[in-house]
Parts: sequence; structure tokens; C-alpha cells
Amino acid sequence: MTTEGRNIPSHTILFAGIDEPGLHSIDVYRRRGGYEMARKALTQMTPEQVVDELLTSGLRGRGGAGFPSGKKISFIPKVNVDKYLVCNADESEPGTFKDRELMQKSPHMLIEGIVIAAYAAGATRSFIYIRGEYSHQADIIDAALIEAQDAGFIGTNICGSGFSLSLVLHRGAGAYICGEETGLLDSLEGKRGNPRLKPPFPANQGLYQGPTVINNVETLATMPHILRMGGEQYAKIGTETSAGTKLVSVSGNVQRPGNYEIELGVPSREIINDLAGGPPDGREVKFWFPGGSSSPVLLNEDLDIPYDFDSLAEAGSMLGSGAIIVVDDSVAVVDVALKLAKFYQHESCGKCTPCREGTRWTVAMLERVDAGTATPMDLDIMASVQEQIIGNCLCVLGDAMAMPIGSMVAKFRQEFEDHIEAARARNPFGDDAPSPEPPLVQGAVGA
Amino acid sequence: MSRRGEAEPSRATGGHPASSERGAGRSAEVTHNGGEAGHGHPHGRRGPQVQRFGHGSRVPGWDEAADLSKDPAVVPDPATTPVPAQLRAEIEAHMAKYPDTRSASIPALAAAQRHHGWCSPEAIEQAACVMRLTPGYLISVASFYDMLETHPVGRHNVYVCTNISCSLCGADELLAALSEEIGDDSETFNLRAFECLGACDIAPMASVDGVYIGPVALDEVPKLVEQVRSGLPPLPNKQLSSRKSTDPNAHVTSSEGGHS
Repeated sequence: MTTEGRNIPSHTILFAGIDEPGLHSIDVYRRRGGYEMARKALTQMTPEQVVDELLTSGLRGRGGAGFPSGKKISFIPKVNVDKYLVCNADESEPGTFKDRELMQKSPHMLIEGIVIAAYAAGATRSFIYIRGEYSHQADIIDAALIEAQDAGFIGTNICGSGFSLSLVLHRGAGAYICGEETGLLDSLEGKRGNPRLKPPFPANQGLYQGPTVINNVETLATMPHILRMGGEQYAKIGTETSAGTKLVSVSGNVQRPGNYEIELGVPSREIINDLAGGPPDGREVKFWFPGGSSSPVLLNEDLDIPYDFDSLAEAGSMLGSGAIIVVDDSVAVVDVALKLAKFYQHESCGKCTPCREGTRWTVAMLERVDAGTATPMDLDIMASVQEQIIGNCLCVLGDAMAMPIGSMVAKFRQEFEDHIEAARARNPFGDDAPSPEPPLVQGAVGA
Repeated sequence: MSRRGEAEPSRATGGHPASSERGAGRSAEVTHNGGEAGHGHPHGRRGPQVQRFGHGSRVPGWDEAADLSKDPAVVPDPATTPVPAQLRAEIEAHMAKYPDTRSASIPALAAAQRHHGWCSPEAIEQAACVMRLTPGYLISVASFYDMLETHPVGRHNVYVCTNISCSLCGADELLAALSEEIGDDSETFNLRAFECLGACDIAPMASVDGVYIGPVALDEVPKLVEQVRSGLPPLPNKQLSSRKSTDPNAHVTSSEGGHS
């Protein structure tokens, strides 16, 4: 692939040389200066200094919420109880695959980040919760853990600093909801992955009721680099409120899908068209998800929006996990909406009624749209169902369906109506409609 | 999904006398209603596709506790619950890693599943015996997670990601082609439509016993199926593990990279 003549962002931090053969072994990683920052933090800095450096860097969580990482660690109470650090490697947001590449190619970068973050938070036990599907990556981390233990970067009295840390790799077993931090904690405690009521937030009462920091893989992997560059230097990259670089997973209807490291604030068009090659020849971008399937969709005309946390929020969407899914003009929006709704219906844990029932009804209504048995009024009902879900559940899984579906209905209303008309013309008696599911209550809405 | 309900009593019950007695009763109770996976409900979770067993339970053999004339199952007695030594050692090693041994429930169930082929009543009972939990607790966990099988399944897991990115690139066609090629060989294959597997860059993709392969062209499907059948590595030149990064700076070897 040639990149000449294109405007390629010059800042590469996490992905610099990540394809170097053998980087997953501790020898190559240390030859490149690996674990020096963990050593420096543990032997020359106080935990407060590490937190200060993270605060200065302006690093924001790379998992989805974008919360300042230094602040998150500073919320951990300074009391003498067992504290925990959990690395969220569940990465189940559709469209996201950045952590997979990071863990597979440079597992020690993550482990070093965990040592630094645990030291800053005063945590003595740490866990990596990796999704069960990533068995290859989990095997690589398992091997890296043994190497790190043998080299004395995990265990008791690390680098002679008196700081001790245990690190356990925990494999999940396939549940989207376990990427939600409190669902992840329940799953890690050996239960069903049901989200918890917040507050209390995990910083006060998390894993085993102890203060817990939960960070995404990319966030943790960035920490050694922040210490190496200095927080101030890191803050100069990107925009004022979105510092640094971000791994972006581009997928869907693009010619070169893959992970790209970009400087936050570059125009989205550059990522989609220059780096990922844009949609197939002769096609145009119809709409795109800027931050995983949970983010409200943006249109072709929004491609010039700078790719950073605040610009995307201003545009009514979000950066989320940094997963761009591009949909070109050959695809019907109803198909995407139905696919999406079915996914969230399947993954809803069932704890909160608005999400459990809302996702189910949305699927039922979209199937009617697809079969031509819906009326335009159903679109209003569907939009109102989405509104009822948002903000009414313990976690944001329901919102994660409601926001993109709501935005699709709002932005492509005419196409939804045309789809109903076309399906009805094809099939005036609704014969090929899916057999309706019996309503829970006789005579329930729309049954 | 219709394959999943066709329990094999011999495999489901093993050699344990108590459970084989239950197993016989169970297979007689099985009521098959609706075998068609169609209508785009790949997980068979909705409406008439759900298989019901005795007492309305969705899970074969796990309905005993729902019999109100009986007490709920208690923590299995080690004296009457033989556990293979290897499985016991594996579960105990997992339990030792956590401050609270209950945290090991997912790894323990995964180990029991590897040993028994699926989370059969016997597998659950053995895991519960080692972990000192009730079978009911572990059933509640097993039924929550997609990768823990609560029905007998084929030996090789073939998960096809059918989420947005993959389906934009033809994942539904891939699943249909695989399904046709495999036919009714449910003893060898556990073919499932799966939610996003985190490999949208190689869409359409599949995970064959944990090995990610993609992009899989439709004309490679017969070869792939044959490779899985004969125990060979699936599509070696399409495996994710050997794929280079798409980022143009990934080949820069200095740790400073392209940073100016």
C-alpha cells in the first residue's frame, strides 16, 4: 500500500513499529526501552506525581466514555483497604478491533501500563478481563505475563521499590454487556454480567466491594508513553480538550479496513478517504458511525467534522471507542437498523425493563417496516420507544441502541417510509411477514 | 439451530449411574416444537424456535429443581460426585488465582465444557462440586454467556460474525454457504451466527475453534469445511495472526516512531 502524496498524520505513538517481529516477547520489547517507564515511576516518582503527569497529559479514556484518566485514578480513596485495577479488554462494541491488535502485537506495552496505573492508584491486585473470543490474544498475554513475572515487573517488590502487584488474566465467555464496567465487575466476580446501580461508583465500591479503577486497554497502553514524553509534551498532540493520538478502527464499506493511529482533531474525511481508501469505486458514503455501532450516525456532509471528543459530541454523536463503520449508498438504512436492533436485543441482559422490552419492540417494529406491514405512524412510535429507553436504565446498553436507531429514523425518515411502501407494494397481504410473536399481554401495544 | 436440541443421551450423561437415570427420563421428556431457525433469528431465542423440555425449561436435564415436589439441588456431595482428576486440578488452579474463589466460575465452566463437550448437567455438577456452589448457581452463569453451550454441540466451533461491518461485506452469504456445505453434520460442526467478534478488518470472517480467518471468499468455503473436518489448520493464508497492520507507520522500528 502506498501512502505517498497523502496527508498522513505524523504522530504515531502506540503503533510505531508495532509490526516488528517478536515484539510480543519481553526481549524485543525491552530492547526498545520497554519497562523503563514502569521502573522510573516505581523508583523515582510518587503515585501523586504519576497522577499529576496523567492529569497534565489530558489523556481521556479510550474505551467509550472519554473520562479523564488521571481524574479517574485520583478518585480512588486514600484509605488502607485492598484496591483493584481492572483492564477492560472485553472490546465487544461492534466495529471495534483496536485493542485486539495492540494486545496481540505488543502485550508488554499493556502490562507496563497496568503496572504504572496500579502504582498510581495504590492497587495491589490487577486483572485483565479479556473477551473469551480473543483466545489467541489471551494466549499471547498469558505468555507475556509469565515473562513479566520472571523479569520481576509483576509480583512482590517490583524493581526494588517495595510495590507489589499481582496480575490475573480472566477470560470472559461471550457477552457484550461485560464491556460495561459494572457488568464486567459482576462477571469477574463469577456472576451473570448484570450492570449495577451507580452510585456507588467503582472508584469507591467496585470489585469485591473495594475501590477499583477500570481502564481500557488503549488507555493503559498509552501511559508508559506519557511518562516517556512527559505529560506536557503529550498534551501538545491533538486538540485542547482531546489530547493525544487515538487508534481508530475503520470498517464496513471501505477499501482498506483496519486500525489506524491518528492525531485527535484530524478531519474525519482524512481517516475514511485517505487512510482507509474510502468507499468502493463508484460508491459514496451514505452514513457512518463515528464511534462504534452505539453512536448516532452522521451523514456524508458531516465528513469534515474534526475527529475528536468534543467536535463529534457537538455534531450530536460521539467518539465512543473510536470505531468508524462506513455504510455506502448501496445499502438500505432499514437493513442496518434491523441488524443493529437485533444485536442489542440479543445482548440486553434483561435486568431493566425499558431496555429488555424496548429492544424487543424495536426489532418487532423494524421487522414490520421491512415486511411492509407498518404504517408511518409506527415510525413515530418507534422513535418514542427510543426516547423512553434513553436514561432510564442502569447502564447504557439500551441507549446504545436507542441513539443510533433514533438518529437513523430522524435522518432517513423518508427512506423508511419509502421502504414500507415498496414492501407493501411487493406484498400487499403481508404474507411474507415474519410470524408475529405472541404479545406478552393480550392486546398489548401494536400487537 | 434445530440441531441443538437433538440430545445424544450417551454423550450427555456419561457413565455416572445417577445421571444416566436422569438422562433417560430427560430424553423422553424432550418436546421438539419448531425446528426452523429461519426468520433471521440466528440465536433461536425468540418465539416458537425455543425448544422446551419438561416443566417448560429451556435446558435439557436442568428442570429437576423446577419440580416443586423436590427440593432445589444442593451443593453436590464430593463422596457421590466423581470428578475427573484433570478437571478438578484445572478448576482448583483457577480458583486459587482469585481473592474470592467464586470468580473462577466462568473459567471453571469453560474447563468443564472442554472436558464434556458442553455444559451438560454432569459437567455442571462436577464444576459445582469442586467450587462448592449449587448447580443452580452455575446454570445461571452458564446460560448467560454465549460461549458456554447449554445444549449438546458439534466438536468444532465455527462462529461467523454477522454484525454490521461483516454483514456489509457479505457475512450473511458466508454463513449461508457454510451452512449449506456443512449440511446436517452437527456432530462435527457447531456453526453459529455470532455477534461482533472484533475482526471487522477481515470481514467477512469466521472464528474456527478460536482461530480467526478472513476475508473468507465464498469459493473457499468447501476447502475450509474440509480442513476443519480433517483437523487441519483452517485457511492458513487467511489467518489473522499473520496479518500485518494497515497503519502505514506500523513498520517503523524505532520506538520513537514517526513522532516529530
